Amino acid sequence: MKLYYFAWVREKVGVKEEVLTPPEGVRDLAGLIAWLKERSPAHAEALADPRMVRVAINQNYVAGNPPVGPEDEIAFFPPVTGGAP
Amino acid sequence: MIRVQQEDFDVGAELAKLAAGNPGIGGITSFVGTVRNHAENQEIQAMTLEHYPGMTEKALEDIEAEARRRWPLEASLIIHRVGRLEPGDRIVLVATASKHREAAFESCRFLIDWLKTKAPFWKQEETVEGPRWVAARAEDDAAADRWTKEGA
Repeated sequence: MKLYYFAWVREKVGVKEEVLTPPEGVRDLAGLIAWLKERSPAHAEALADPRMVRVAINQNYVAGNPPVGPEDEIAFFPPVTGGAP
Repeated sequence: MIRVQQEDFDVGAELAKLAAGNPGIGGITSFVGTVRNHAENQEIQAMTLEHYPGMTEKALEDIEAEARRRWPLEASLIIHRVGRLEPGDRIVLVATASKHREAAFESCRFLIDWLKTKAPFWKQEETVEGPRWVAARAEDDAAADRWTKEGA
């Protein structure tokens, strides 16, 4: 599973991307987040407040608790702020 | 057409290219976003735009396709810059061309409102107190939502 982090989520986690193999029991986004938070205090801090973090699976925004699989590309990031003032 | 790039763009040249070869175009609306030198009463020395390569292009293409579904456009263009920019620098260009001005005006505004809340870009400002990430604003969601209500 390929994980990407952007903006302050990236800064808090400490890496831009990582390839991880979660245990078989991790089958959905909530399970993945819980597992990531146990990996390190940095992950736990970055993902502490789910309201502040947006998620994309395979480059599509997701909401709720969709399934995740070993081939997925999953990104965590803050609400977007592009464009003009 | 969409482009994500570090380098600056020439607005006149881009608009000329957009309309080239299509004499059916009756009007072009363009919007150019620039870097401000202040935010919330604090001086901004520079700004760095981060993005999600791959998803950014896909999101911009989706937004552009949505505009072309809603309005009869002859041509459209979104250029968004990334990397470090200074006050006065151009950040984004949105341009739409149509037979009539109304579609060009409305779709241009739609594109800039939607890309702000949908495309995966993040801004970090450099201030005298150090760098800070720009937070998303409720007003931006409201501006984008306007199109959900009016469009559909």
